[in-house]
Amino acid sequence: MSTHDVSPSLKTFSTPNIYLVFSLLLAFFSMAPVATAEESPLLVPTLEKLKKANFNTRKQIVGELEALPDARVTLILENMLEGRLYYERKGTDFVSLDKVDGVYVAVSLLSDQVSEDVKKRAYKKISVNNALRRTLRESLASLQLRSPDLDTRLAAARDLLKSKDKDNIALIDKALASELDSSAQNLLSVAKAMLLARHGSEQERLEAISRLEGELYPEVRSLLSGFLIVDGDGTPIESSAPVRQAAEQALASIEDLITLNKGLENIYFGISLGAVLLLAAVGLAITFGVMGVINMAHGEMIMLGAYTTFVIQQLMPNHIDYSLFVAIPAAFLVAAVVGMLIERGVIRFLYGRPLETLLATFGISLILQQAVRTIFSPLNQSVSTPSWMSGSLEINGALSLTYNRLYIIIFSILVLFALAVLLKKTFFGLQMRAVTQNRRMASSMGIRTGWLDALTFGLGSGIAGIAGVALSQLTNVGPNLGQAYIIDSFMVVVFGGVGNLLGTFVGAMSLGIANKFLEPFAGAVLAKILVLIFIILYIQKYPRGMFALKGRAAEE
Amino acid sequence: MHPKHIEQPTILYLNGVSVSFDGFKAINSLSLYLEPGELRAIIGPNGAGKTTMMDLITGKTRPDSGEIIFNNAIDLTQYDEAAIANMGIGRKFQKPTVIESLTIFENLELALAGGRGVFAALLHRLKIEQKLRIEEIMDLVNLSERAQDLAGSLSHGQKQWLEIGMLLIQEPELLLIDEPAAGMTDLETEKTAELFKEVSQRHSLVVVEHDMEFVHALDCKVTVLHEGRVLAEGALDQVQNNEEVIEVYLGR
Amino acid sequence: MVKLGPITRFIMQDKAGRNMLLVLLAVAVLVPTLNLALSEGSLLHVPTYMVTLLGKYLCYALLALAVDLIWGYCGILSLGHGAFFALGGYAMGMYLMRQIGERGVYGHPELPDFMVFLNWQELPWYWYGFDNFFFAMLMVGLVPGLLAFTFGWLAFRSRVTGVYLSIITQALTYALMLAFFRNEMGFGGNNGLTDFKDLLGFSLQADSTRAGLFVASCLALTIGYLVSRWIVTSKLGRVLVSIRDAEARTRFLGYRVDKFKLFVFVVSAVLAGIAGALYVPQVGIINPGEFSPINSIEIIVWVALGGRGTLYGAVIGAVLVNYAKSYFTAEFPELWLFFLGALFVISTLFLPNGVVGVVEQVKQLTIRNRRGKATDAVVPPPEPAGGQDRTAEESAENKPAKANLTTTTN
Repeated sequence: MSTHDVSPSLKTFSTPNIYLVFSLLLAFFSMAPVATAEESPLLVPTLEKLKKANFNTRKQIVGELEALPDARVTLILENMLEGRLYYERKGTDFVSLDKVDGVYVAVSLLSDQVSEDVKKRAYKKISVNNALRRTLRESLASLQLRSPDLDTRLAAARDLLKSKDKDNIALIDKALASELDSSAQNLLSVAKAMLLARHGSEQERLEAISRLEGELYPEVRSLLSGFLIVDGDGTPIESSAPVRQAAEQALASIEDLITLNKGLENIYFGISLGAVLLLAAVGLAITFGVMGVINMAHGEMIMLGAYTTFVIQQLMPNHIDYSLFVAIPAAFLVAAVVGMLIERGVIRFLYGRPLETLLATFGISLILQQAVRTIFSPLNQSVSTPSWMSGSLEINGALSLTYNRLYIIIFSILVLFALAVLLKKTFFGLQMRAVTQNRRMASSMGIRTGWLDALTFGLGSGIAGIAGVALSQLTNVGPNLGQAYIIDSFMVVVFGGVGNLLGTFVGAMSLGIANKFLEPFAGAVLAKILVLIFIILYIQKYPRGMFALKGRAAEE
Repeated sequence: MHPKHIEQPTILYLNGVSVSFDGFKAINSLSLYLEPGELRAIIGPNGAGKTTMMDLITGKTRPDSGEIIFNNAIDLTQYDEAAIANMGIGRKFQKPTVIESLTIFENLELALAGGRGVFAALLHRLKIEQKLRIEEIMDLVNLSERAQDLAGSLSHGQKQWLEIGMLLIQEPELLLIDEPAAGMTDLETEKTAELFKEVSQRHSLVVVEHDMEFVHALDCKVTVLHEGRVLAEGALDQVQNNEEVIEVYLGR
Repeated sequence: MVKLGPITRFIMQDKAGRNMLLVLLAVAVLVPTLNLALSEGSLLHVPTYMVTLLGKYLCYALLALAVDLIWGYCGILSLGHGAFFALGGYAMGMYLMRQIGERGVYGHPELPDFMVFLNWQELPWYWYGFDNFFFAMLMVGLVPGLLAFTFGWLAFRSRVTGVYLSIITQALTYALMLAFFRNEMGFGGNNGLTDFKDLLGFSLQADSTRAGLFVASCLALTIGYLVSRWIVTSKLGRVLVSIRDAEARTRFLGYRVDKFKLFVFVVSAVLAGIAGALYVPQVGIINPGEFSPINSIEIIVWVALGGRGTLYGAVIGAVLVNYAKSYFTAEFPELWLFFLGALFVISTLFLPNGVVGVVEQVKQLTIRNRRGKATDAVVPPPEPAGGQDRTAEESAENKPAKANLTTTTN
């Protein structure tokens, strides 16, 4: 393991990434909803007025309610809109009345108090008509647009992109006046431009369309392409030629941007595939580098890690969100122990005979696969994804990064980093490097090479186990999981050069990205074939990989 | 192709050869020449570049710069191991390398000149005089008794001898021999030195050796390598009294 | 020390091989006779499925021979030899497809069913000529040979060796598998080529055709064995062993290692291709699964178990393992992989020379014991110490059991 080469370059790779990690994590946590406890003494009196008012007056009262600085207003208006706002005939409470499992449940909108199995007769509904509903919707939108919570505001602004209602322009203007957040401002101005592009004067429409250039929201695209639709005779539905031209231009620029974003997305997919390959291959690179052993059962170590995740989730079904934190050390241990057993039981008798080791470990891989089939089942097992790993991070309208891949990228880099530290900074790592470079000398200096081999093999296998945890979040967990990744892992190791973390990193990332870039042109299967052919040709030129040792050290 | 500033005929001429591995200069602008029929001993501390020099001459390693001229005509840096071997340069490794699962006879048969092509080998039949030649060499290296034993069953010293025998039967013009005396008894060492002196009547020899006794017994010109270049050259006593050489071997 | 000429040695000294060929001859005569001449109720009747099964084993044996030639003798561990087998099989399959003619489900005179199904209008260029048996047979050798030549030329010239070579051979067969799974490739995709009707006008369902194919397999194995034997007993064979044991040394002796490797690799690929071509009409199907890396690795265990570096060992290994496979997959299907896995481990750990090696070892022990007793009474034998107590007589016919890899070149 020539960590000598690794550490400086590792720094350059990991530092910006760790920065990225933190900023992404911050962004993630800042989105959590913030509770507000604002209340106004005017709420109850204003609500009281609703009881006696006619529809027209109710409209006014809704306006008054909207203006109140009270957090409960939104919920009250929502219930009113849905026709679930009731008040007590003999009391002062306002409730949301609903039928659940055959009984009426009243939830107080003033105090959150829940009363089950109530008589519907005890309450009277505050009815709404269509005109009132419209007012309610506007008020709600306006309320949301002014909500103290940024997420609510963003979601409301996002909803406005779907709106075709000319009246919303005024609403947006009002919200824009008080909005301070730039992303919300941007969304609002896009929404406004979209409405103006529909309803404004020709001049306004042209300006609005040019404002929409470069906006990647699908709604913007469908609006613009709507301007270009022709009817059956070939005459455009949109009568204004300048508008059509502007729309065409804006659409073209958007398409360009989308291509760019698709490229970025491909890189993201490529990096995440690379991260998976890195996790899968790095253990292989260690065992090969230190011990000259090709472990064909490495894929099954990955599989064991994935099954460990499955078992852990079965053991703690109510804490899926935390299961991975238990599964990671557990998978490491399980795979490491199995790895050490394999090393002590079989491999140590075969040192210096790499091809025999390859065959013996292949036999072990068959046994492990069949063992899993017998113990669990030949079918795939379902591993759940913790809630914090589902969903995606939306960068813009055309690019969103799924969290599971994002976490796996971060995770694999952390693993690589930890491994580099282990090899570079610890006594174990020092011994390991000593054995890599000169086994006989190391052993004569008192390093127990046998024990070290077992530990190294355990480490390599353990990392494969961790890779299995990560893979359980991406693919099906079944007996063939390991088989699917072993050849790719070999390719990474062969491409990057053996026993070299930097090589493994570069190898994994370039193969991952190359695969994902070829896919759109060639399809997934052909892309894979092309990558394999490339490596077969590549290895002719560099028979020992990209970062091979040279000189006498490479002889053995 | 002729080296410009060397007038006399040379069998081997290294001109400003350098090679480095990962930034480490193993051979640093090394220049050295060997006259036809010369016996030359190369000594030097560990890591002086002795084995790398052998690798360069035999085409195993390509130099970063410089040229290696064989027989005043051929730049060896342009050829691979097999081509160089067939030009008449034989090499013995530091670790005795014989083909363990073939018999001694078969080892020598493989080394025997001729039949190097794939189809030539497929159709090859041993001629009587070739067989006699093999037996002659087996006598020379004292292995006649064991002709049909596997080379893997030989002792370390015997393997050294077998490998030397394989070199001789190749009939090379130039022999490169890496630490032949390692693992040999004193008697064997003495005999080996005698053999080399005899062989040098017909071939040119370069012998890399640690064992000063052995070098002394060779009684030839000595080149001291250090950090990839020539530190000193001359008769053994002369070299042994060289200040720099003493410092390199004993100092620091 | 008398040295025998290669031809004499070829015939005289290969006792095991001679026995094997005799058995093969006997089988080639007996099995079809007992199948065709005796009625089904007869005690000695060999059922047709058994003829086919044995024929399949013989194809596997030829394949194992091909692998042993490169692995046992030259140290090239190919984890992709199944690819050459499959390519030979596909070449034969293409011929058989063309023979179906209008008898396909869609009744198209020229296009195979799967092409009609995919709405193809005409035959792809690479299917041309496969309606001719001799062209197809040429391709059976040529396609694997050319692939092996190209691949080997690139790999050996750049000195890709050891596990690196093994891994890229595996990548090769994996890539081919993925490619052949694609419908666009024009080889029937997932389903491969099947529903064959007849070969050279003989119905593949007929017992006599099956028996004929069986005899052809025997013949192919015999020829394959003789060719391999010729190679390994020639000086070329000793160069191969030399490459296996000490590649650098061989190079410094003046041999172009890459060319020798390339030669034997191509020969081996052609043998594998022929095995595949005989296999396909007997099993009635060829699909991309044949390219799967696990198939290729299985071949290795046949050779390892039988005894690499001895040609007949590879043949024995192939038959033994495949018999075990037939038995297990019929009786205890879930145990088969356990068994196969254990075979890999056991043969590498405990049987470096395979069953053949064990037999040799036992034989040597008994010979030594017997001679020990006999000579004790007369003259004490002048045996040298250590493990080299082999007389010229022994070394003329036996391989030393203690050497890691044995050869039959003594």
